[in-house]
Amino acid sequence: MARTTPEIPNASMADIAFLMLTFFLVTTTITNDRGLSIGLPPPPDPNKPVEIKMQEKNIFKIQVNSSDALLVEGEPMDDVSVLKDMIKKFVTNKGVDPASSDTPEKAIVSFKTDRGTSHKRFVELLDIIQGAYYDIYAEQAGVTNKEFREAASQLSDPGKRSVYERGKRDYPMNISIAEPTKVGN
Amino acid sequence: MSKFKKKAQVKQEIPTASMPDVVFMLLFFFMVTTEIREASIEVKQQIPRASQLRRLERKSLVTNLYIGAPTKAEVYGKEPKIQANDAFIETTDIIRWVNAEKGKLLEIEQDQLTVALKVDMEAKRGIIADVETELRKGNARKILYTALEGVDKKKN
Repeated sequence: MARTTPEIPNASMADIAFLMLTFFLVTTTITNDRGLSIGLPPPPDPNKPVEIKMQEKNIFKIQVNSSDALLVEGEPMDDVSVLKDMIKKFVTNKGVDPASSDTPEKAIVSFKTDRGTSHKRFVELLDIIQGAYYDIYAEQAGVTNKEFREAASQLSDPGKRSVYERGKRDYPMNISIAEPTKVGN
Repeated sequence: MSKFKKKAQVKQEIPTASMPDVVFMLLFFFMVTTEIREASIEVKQQIPRASQLRRLERKSLVTNLYIGAPTKAEVYGKEPKIQANDAFIETTDIIRWVNAEKGKLLEIEQDQLTVALKVDMEAKRGIIADVETELRKGNARKILYTALEGVDKKKN
């Protein structure tokens, strides 16, 4: 008596798996959760009008108008490739050049746009400004820029946190994003 | 001579026994990484590129706001609009929306809410600044301008 072992036919298994695979391939959207992170200042208190006097030399002015043209420290600039080094030099000046910032704590990068400035241009410039700071931080922490940003995203890890704090020491990221002007809308 | 003939008769087949395994592996990868989007996005989303990106530590604390010109221009017009979840909202509704989003989180985590602004690169600063002002009032002050990795070579 030949005993037949019951078997599930598995020839179609690959077909079924392919079908499901195709379904997930089509429906999947790899979500992008990365970007330029900033913190907004607290809302202005109407009872206390703030008037902060800053020395002109401690402010690095970047202005963009409604046609996306750039003005850096009062001078028009077409090529943005030198901007990053200018900011780095400004922040790390520490009073060496009397016409530049006194200390990194006092140094402020002021970024003013117009209501008509495109978001693309805004992101491009914010990227450069933050890049300058991240370069300084990374150098101070002794890691690469990319490693520093990775560490900054994983602060719950004590090792990464120490890298982050070592890098950020003495150099607060003072980026002031001013209320846009109202030329273009 | 006959030696060579024999060799030519050997059937050459790719073994397919492991194919289901390979396919299943791919299938599981996509099943795990996939995220079914809960809302269809009704605004243009051409995300700008940047290099100094940071990842957010906890996804559950992130909520998205989409800003851009509506894709159905004949219905909603050409002016950029703000989309939250699956509806268009006005800037005046943002505080209410922020509070609703905060309500979804645990009380101790509510101040850590991060708003990811997914803004079309053509959108103007004006509308974004209005949104930021409202977010400040709503005390959701951590924001993230979503961007893609890489440098845009195209110059304006």
